[in-house]
Order: sequence, then C-alpha cells, then structure tokens
Amino acid sequence: MSDTINPLTRARFPFKIQVEPRLSEPPSWFPALISFGAVIIALIIGAVLIKIAGGDPILSYIHIAKASMGDIGVLSDTLVKATPIIMTALACSVAFRMKLWNIGAEGQFIMGAFGASAVVLSHIFPETTSPWIFIPTMVLAGMLAGGIWGLIPGYLKAKFNVNEIITSLMMNYIAISWINYWIFGAWSEGGFQMSPKFPVNSWLPRLLDYAKTYKILSGLTTHLGLVFGIVAAIILWFVIFRSRWGYEIRLIGDNPSAARYAGINLTLNTVLVMFLSGALAGLGGMSEVTGMVHRLQTSPIAAGYGFTGIIVAWLSKLNPLVIIVVSILFGGLILAGREIQPSGVPKMIQGTILVCLIASDYLLRYRIRIVHSAEEA
Amino acid sequence: MEITDHTGAPTPYIVEMRSITKRFPGVLANDHVDFELKRGEIHALLGENGAGKSTLMNILAGLYHQDGGSILVKGQSVNFSSPRDAIKAGIGMVHQHFMLVPSQTVTENILLGLENPRFLMRLNQYDSKIAALGERFGLIVDPKAKIWQLSVGEQQRVEILKMIYRGAEVLIMDEPTAVLAPQEIDGLFKILRAMAADGKSIIFISHKLQEVTAISDTVTVLRRGKVTARSLPALNVTRQELAKLMVGRDVSFTAVKAFKEPGKVVLDIKNLKTDNDKGLAALRDFSLDIRSGEIVGVAGVAGNGQRELAQVITGLRRCTGGQVFLNGTKVENHEPIFGIDRGISYIPEDRTQVGTAPNLSVTDNIIMKRYRFTPISKGSVINIKAATKMANDLKISYEISVPNVETPVRLLSGGNLQKVILAREISGKPSLMVAVQPTRGLDVGAIEGVHRLLLEQRQAGAAILLISEELEELLSLCDRVFVIYEGCTMGEIKIHNQETSQKMIEQIGMMMTGTPLDQIDLGAEEHV
Repeated sequence: MSDTINPLTRARFPFKIQVEPRLSEPPSWFPALISFGAVIIALIIGAVLIKIAGGDPILSYIHIAKASMGDIGVLSDTLVKATPIIMTALACSVAFRMKLWNIGAEGQFIMGAFGASAVVLSHIFPETTSPWIFIPTMVLAGMLAGGIWGLIPGYLKAKFNVNEIITSLMMNYIAISWINYWIFGAWSEGGFQMSPKFPVNSWLPRLLDYAKTYKILSGLTTHLGLVFGIVAAIILWFVIFRSRWGYEIRLIGDNPSAARYAGINLTLNTVLVMFLSGALAGLGGMSEVTGMVHRLQTSPIAAGYGFTGIIVAWLSKLNPLVIIVVSILFGGLILAGREIQPSGVPKMIQGTILVCLIASDYLLRYRIRIVHSAEEA
Repeated sequence: MEITDHTGAPTPYIVEMRSITKRFPGVLANDHVDFELKRGEIHALLGENGAGKSTLMNILAGLYHQDGGSILVKGQSVNFSSPRDAIKAGIGMVHQHFMLVPSQTVTENILLGLENPRFLMRLNQYDSKIAALGERFGLIVDPKAKIWQLSVGEQQRVEILKMIYRGAEVLIMDEPTAVLAPQEIDGLFKILRAMAADGKSIIFISHKLQEVTAISDTVTVLRRGKVTARSLPALNVTRQELAKLMVGRDVSFTAVKAFKEPGKVVLDIKNLKTDNDKGLAALRDFSLDIRSGEIVGVAGVAGNGQRELAQVITGLRRCTGGQVFLNGTKVENHEPIFGIDRGISYIPEDRTQVGTAPNLSVTDNIIMKRYRFTPISKGSVINIKAATKMANDLKISYEISVPNVETPVRLLSGGNLQKVILAREISGKPSLMVAVQPTRGLDVGAIEGVHRLLLEQRQAGAAILLISEELEELLSLCDRVFVIYEGCTMGEIKIHNQETSQKMIEQIGMMMTGTPLDQIDLGAEEHV
C-alpha cells in the first residue's frame, strides 16, 4: 500500500523538467528571440541531415548564403524571387487575420497575371502606348481579376456559409484551366503553349534599364514589382493596425460574436476582405507576368507562389512588415537551394525551419522549468 | 477503518496538508497553507477568485506539485506526480468543466482509462454495476445514455460516479454549482449529503456564501493565498463573518437604493415572440415596460426565454412577432448597430464569448462601441492616442486592475473583465442598459461593485433591464420585477423602498414555475 501512494521511495533522477502554462504575457522581445532560436535549431537539424546525405553542412550553408546574398547580382535575383511571395503572403495574411482560410492565393495570383495579360493581348492599346498608361491599367486589371477570384469564395461564404477552404482551393484549378484555354487557343504563339512576348512598353521597369547611367545596375533584373510589394505591405500594415476597417477585421478575427455584438457587419466584411486578399494576390500575378516573364505562360506563373505565401504569412505571424523580411529569406532559400541540389535538401531545410518555427509557439504559451527533485520533498 | 498517523496514534483526519506553498510567476498562490479534512465531512473551501483555492486542490489532486510543504493521506506522507497517483490514494476531483466524451455512453466514459475491462468490453455487466453504485448515493443516471443526451446536472453526476467507481474516498468538487440551475443545485446537495453519510469526505470549493452555509460542516477560508480561517464549524458562523474573512473588509449585501422618480417610458415591449437557436418558440407572448431611472428585473428559471429576450432587444436576434419600442422608435429586427446608435448598451451573459475579444488589448475592447466616433477615430483612421487615453481614464475610474491597457483581456480575472465591459457600456451614457446575469461567477467584492454601478446608472436616469437568476439580487436592486415562464409574462411585482415580504417571494416563486399572478390566491398558498 505504502509504495503505491509514496513514489518517493523509488530511486529518481535528481532533476525533473516541468512544463507550466504562462500566466502572464512574456516580454515583447521574447517572441523574436524564440523565432531566432527556432531557425538556429532548424539549421542544426538541417546540418545533421546534410551530413548524413554525405555533404559538408558548413560548406553547404556558406554556399547557400553566397548564392543568395553573396553579391549584388544574386541579391537582385533573390529579390525577384521574393517579389511574388511578398504579395501572395500579404493576400493570405489579410484573410487569415479574419480567420478566413483563403487557400486560393495561387488561383488569384494566376488570374492577376491573366488580367494584366488581357490588357496587352486584347490590343486595346497600341504597342507604342506610354508605360504611364500601360502599367496602371494592368495593375487595375490584375487586381480586379484576382479580387473577383477571391470575392467568389468570399460571397459564397458570407451568403451561404460555404466552406471557403474548399471553394478557394478549387478555384485554383479553374484558374489554371482558364489560362490554359487562352494560351492553347486564342493567345497561342504559333501553336506553342504561351502567349506572344509583350511589347516592351508594357514591361515593369527593371534596374538594368538604368545601366546606361549607373553602370553598377547592369544585369540586375529586380523590377518595379518589388516596390509595389513593399508599398502594399506598408499600406496593409497601416490599414490593419491603424484604421477603423482594420480594427473591425481584427475584432472579427478574434471573436466574431463580439464583433456582431459591437455592431459590425460580418457579411459585408467577409466579402470585402476576400476581395482585398484576391486583389493583393492578383497584384502579385500582374507584377510577375509584366516584370519577369513578359508573356502569359503556365509554368513560371503557376509555380506555387500562392502556397508559399500561406507559409510565409503564417511564419510572419500575419504581420505585413515582417512578411517583407521573411519573403526575402524564402526567396533566397529557393534561389540558393537550386545551387546545391535542384530539389530535396533545400526543400527539406525549408520544411525543417517551418516545423521548428511552428513548434516554437509552444514556448510562448508554456514555460519549461528544471526543478531539483530534492527541493520538492 | 481506524486511521492512524505515522507514530501509530489515531488521527481524525483523512487528508492533512501542511504548510503548502506554491509559487507561480509573480504570484504566491499558496503561502504556507494548512488544510485538514475529516472522514465523512463536507468541508467548504471558500475564497475569492484568485485566492488560491483551485491551486491548493489541484495540488491535492496531483495536477500541480507544491513548491513546499507536505501532504498526508490517512496519516501517510504522499507525493503525487499525477492525478493517477492521487486517485490511487483515494482522492478524486470533479472539475468545473467536465471531462467527458459526448458521443460515448455513461458506462464507457466511466470505464475510460481503467485497466479493467482489458480487451473485451462486456458493457452490459458494467451497466448494472454502475447503476447499482449510482443508486447507493442517489446518483440516478442511465448508464446506457450517451453523454450529449444528458443535462448538465446529469453529466456532473457521471463525473462524480467516475470518481467513486475509481475508489475515491475524498471528492473534490470545484465550484460544482456554477453550471447548475437552481433545482439541480438542490439535487446535488442531496447527493453530497448521502455520500457524506456513507463515509465519503467532500471538499466543496466555492465563493458563494449562501451555498457554503447551506451545505458544509466545516469551512476553511483563503485570502490571497493565505488561510484566514481554518476548519471553522459552519453552524455558528454568519455570512457577514465569512464575507469579511474572504474579502478582508465588511461587505454590504443589500445595496442602498436612493429615491428616484421614474421618468418617461424608455423601453416598451409588446407581445414579443421569437424562436431559439433550435427553431423552437422561446418567447411566446412577452410584454414589459421600463421608464428612465428605473431598474426592472426579469426573474425566471434559466432557459425560459431570458437570453432570447436580451438578444431581440439588442438586435442580435430577429423576432417573429410583437414590437420593441425604444423612446418611441421601433428597434426590433434591425442590425445591432441600429440599437447601439440609439443608446442601447448591453452587458451580455457571456463575458468571454460575446462581451470581449480575448486576444485583443484592453484598449481595443474598451473602444468596441466607440471606434466609429471622434475622438477615437477621425475619418477612417483610429487615433491610437485618444483610444489609449480613454482606456487609461476608464481603467482608473473603474479600478480595473491590469498592469497596462495593452494587456490582452484573456489574462484578466472574471471580475476585471466584467469591469472592462461595464466601463465600456456605461461610458457611452446609455438610455437603456440591458444587463444579463451581470454578477454571475463574480466574488462578493466584485458583485458589490457591479450593483453600485447599476444603481448609479439608475440615478443618472438610465432605464435598466436586469435579467438575473439571483432572486436576492433582483429584490434588492429592482423597482419592479417581471416573471418570465416559457416565454410568457407571468406577472409584475412592484417593490417599494426595497421592502420585500415573504408573500412577494412566494408569489415570484409560483410565477417562476408557471402560475400567472392573477391565478395565485390565498387558498392555493395554504395547499403548498
């Protein structure tokens, strides 16, 4: 009897790890420290895996760093990769903020590219039209097309309570088929599955365009889309944290019943936020097609930026300004990863970082204490 | 069985906790707490929210480990590292929030996690065993019923049975009455007495004084982690004394109401009809009127349409018939914003699910009804400075104890959360205030504060609709009380100068169970 109720009589390890819920909010620098620690741990795990795979982890990491940020050329390439991710991540972040699970940033991105392409390929403007007319029109068309693609699941959700995860996901496939229809058919260039190259006046300006004046810029493909992305992030930050509408979005996201009680129109906001989300992804698609690809084509456009955006939005804790930084890191990882191996290890490192970051959230809610068993008795 | 201590000498105690200390970051939850429990007694553990009652009992139940002090069960020193150890020693805890699987039967839930039956589930034989065990203590519940089919009171019985089946001799009940309707409370008390008579020992955690004096043999009071009264016999202690031990100062139970001449009619409800969430009739024919400077109560057993009534008035629910006039304007079947714009404020029953957004800051929660107007917002931009200033001003005037207004409200205690809601709803200078169960789950000190604020609003000329299940609260605050039964008005009782009579209480009681006021006569009373 006594040993069942007195486990102390058993021999014990002198220290014990105890997990306790946090009763107060940790200091503001703490989440950043935890995230940083999680990335370090992920890199250590990655190093072990590279070692097992027969590589030299330190050399690999140095190579990744050099190949993504090593000189101005690759840095520019990293930024080009980051540009579409910034915008799809912003798109996801605004929807997720309201707990609308928009999985359709990919389709909205594609539709944005389609909308911008339509401006060029429908020949409503002559090829010699000024970029000052071309670009704003394409921005509007891209955002509108993406916005409508987001609005459809939003409306179905608001009006009939249809699960937006399913509808927004399915809309991705419709979007791909939709652009295929055009590039296989009416817009096909000589039977190839791509549209003709856009006229130069419709291209987003790139750094290399100014190489004549500033020699250092020659060969750099970073385009105006990056500025669009950064400006969009800053505006979105302001909207979310400083505007009345953003307050409503945050309130609905945290507690829809309380928002309704406060007199906020949930239906209207669901539709509007999904439209905004789609429009941001559409802006990304527009910038990719006019800044980078210069023609409508499936593979470089539908490259999964919409899905990467989900991950980046989540890692950035839905903060638009953090999204810029995380997107650039992801851009670098995608670019440099291909330097070591076309697939495999780099993706694995991405995945490990993601898992570690998500797991580290636990430490924000719980604290771990090491107690000396002797002091309990 | 004779209990002896480690020296072999007999001891009357089945559980002794000696000098228990438990520290949480920034809080000393238990500071050298002594607690002892005799066999066969109902021992109340009384204290305000955050006094350390639950911490102490979670230590006894093996959920937490104490930083210092020792526990003796039947005179033997014990060291629990999990609830499993505690239940092996005969100590079981029934938590406030039940831990049952809704889709499984009573028997399945009780057997869950036990070593027997090992593989084959011959449930029939266990069904009869559990039914027999239940009968012994008056814990009547169908062993074959699925949990989701049971009422809250029945689910609680399953939790108790679960502990008894596991051989618990000491039962810790964490605020067991918080979730129960008044009739179910009586049933629970009968069960607790039957168990105590059978030799089980019961620890009853509560902050409700009337329950403590009604059910317990012995009382231990905690205040801020320290024992202020140890094993006090409950017979010769008054509620006033207990309240003082709990709060540390004298508490007034009856709010003093100043004279106020009622003004014009603010709220006029005529023959209101509406359905509940399941599509069944919740209000059938409800009428009521409130003048400015009046507190009008709605009394009734929970679930007779009170919730729906508040929702129709505030625009959160559509009505199927009847009218609601606010200062002469029809307000029913509009969006909530319509009522908010016209001066309706609402203290919802559910503080965390409806009244606040848990992860947003105190400031964000304070501005919920005002962010549309200057100075909180200019155009479409929120003025953070003005919002913070408003939150800080209200924090001071409503004595909301929180380190700063950026704290998310989920970290606030129930009393402080209610202060945030009251501050927000009162600061809008409402013409009508709808308050549903505004003191539920609050401790004595906080209840006093809420009552004072409601009376101040009455003095300021607001019309107040107070929906409450606490009859005492209604009688001490209200000028008039309407009784609701199955969605119909049963009658109206006027209270002059806070004078209440036994007759009044009987009348209300009869109306609450379905007899309209005009059918209550003296003859009927004699039969009761």
